[in-house]
Amino acid sequence: MTLYVLEYHLVSYRRIWRSSVLSSFVLPLLTMLGFGVGVGAYVTGGVAGVPYLDWMVPGLIASTAIQIAIGDSTWPVLAGFEWQRIYYGQAAAPLRVSDILDGHLAFVVFRTVISCAAFLLIATAFGTMHSWWALATLPIAALVALAVAPATFAYSASIRVDSYLAILFRLGVIPMSLFSGVFFPVESLPALLRWIAYALPLWHGVDLSRAATLGVAPAWSVSGHVLYLALWAVVGWLLAYRQFTRRLVV
Amino acid sequence: MTLIHARGLVKRFADFTAVDGIDVDVRRGEAFGFLGPNGAGKSSTMRMIGCVSPPTDGTLSILGLDPLRDGPKIRAKLGVCPQLDNLDQELTVRENLTTYARFFGIPRKVARRRADELLEFVQLTERANSKVEPLSGGMKRRLTIARSLVNEPEIVLLDEPTTGLDPQARHLVWERLFRLKQQGVTLVLTTHYMDEAEQLCDRLVVMDNGKIVAEGSPRALIEQHSTREVVELRFEAESQEVFADKLAGLGERLEVLPDRILLYVADGDAALAEVHRRALSPAGVLVRRSSLEDVFLHLTGRTLVD
Repeated sequence: MTLYVLEYHLVSYRRIWRSSVLSSFVLPLLTMLGFGVGVGAYVTGGVAGVPYLDWMVPGLIASTAIQIAIGDSTWPVLAGFEWQRIYYGQAAAPLRVSDILDGHLAFVVFRTVISCAAFLLIATAFGTMHSWWALATLPIAALVALAVAPATFAYSASIRVDSYLAILFRLGVIPMSLFSGVFFPVESLPALLRWIAYALPLWHGVDLSRAATLGVAPAWSVSGHVLYLALWAVVGWLLAYRQFTRRLVV
Repeated sequence: MTLIHARGLVKRFADFTAVDGIDVDVRRGEAFGFLGPNGAGKSSTMRMIGCVSPPTDGTLSILGLDPLRDGPKIRAKLGVCPQLDNLDQELTVRENLTTYARFFGIPRKVARRRADELLEFVQLTERANSKVEPLSGGMKRRLTIARSLVNEPEIVLLDEPTTGLDPQARHLVWERLFRLKQQGVTLVLTTHYMDEAEQLCDRLVVMDNGKIVAEGSPRALIEQHSTREVVELRFEAESQEVFADKLAGLGERLEVLPDRILLYVADGDAALAEVHRRALSPAGVLVRRSSLEDVFLHLTGRTLVD
């Protein structure tokens, strides 16, 4: 049943995939050039023994994963309840609330992985990958997407107007992207901010991704990262399920 | 055979009671209507029957199954045409049908064939590959009806199927629904249009404030709650009120409106003759058959409900 819902989202995606894939390539390309080459020219000593660009790229892949996963869990979910109301159409069919939720989540994960694969391809072309472990950035991206998408679904399902989404991006996504060790090590942050970075999901994805592309051990244990991200996924899913049920079964 | 069976059905939201203990039986092959003003509880009832809204109290069985336990199983045999269209605007007309068919586990090939048949049925074949967004309200509604038929349902639920459509579009929808009825599909619809109810329904209930206030075929309801004919008299005066006394005793019931007086009588012409015999000369006269609208307004009142 969940697969039928995923299939619907894929059919829907087929109409826009060309422009979507194009932007998945353009965005990383521009960031590579702007941040890596431009900023990297000033950070001549590199970071942790590798050129700045090589150090930063895995963080950007994880950050892209989060942005795509959250982005695709906001307006489309709000539209599903408020504008196009497609969830109500699905709820009238023999689907369960969990099918509707999981099918859409699966699509968000799919989109995230596709976008990160494009990024990985470009980054490899720039010679920033140090290990075959770099391929692990894709399952890491999926895990990161699973960690943030359900909680974002819950949020988007609990609001009625999209001005609340702007708040989520300004107060949540953008600060998280800046302070999660993507552009500079979290160790340079004051203790309080560092702990906030540890509490948010992105840093865990960044640390895992970076270990993968550089072929080194992560700062935390792999299982510690995975379990923490899984915790986000489970709690987020329970919240999303409760919120979806509240909207669809009344 | 009874397809929908409800006893003492109640739906409460916090401290608001939307449906207040109704009994309903819908038999196979009939067209059954819920008639009532806005806020009467029609849509809440439809959502409970559609198994997307658990009843607060009472018993409800659909196709012999319990909506709480067998929701997906029941919904597999229902077709739902909601009040607000929830089509996918980005997809084409045909894709809306084929993707929806997949939710019922219908194989892709069958889904495509059925989509083409249904587009033919609702006269949208030429628009099959166009997106939904630019379609007119009537076309979207016909597409929603087609979508509700994609699983060959045993019961089709239509919540205000023609609200907001222009007259041509309404007649086309009615005609299609009538064809469905002829094919033996059980139709359950809500409406606040009397002509719709008279055209389509074999049997209906009138709801008001969450309760059923009358029940029967359109003809039986008119016979029970109104007279055979109605005489409408329009007097040229500031107030129609003064003429009411002079008409006393005429007919079963008399209703004074700001612009006219309605006489509910068995024989309109005889009543009119009596009006003239009393030396009254109304400026406008209309003798007509009693309609479901008279029943409806009599039962649910003329006060505006928003």
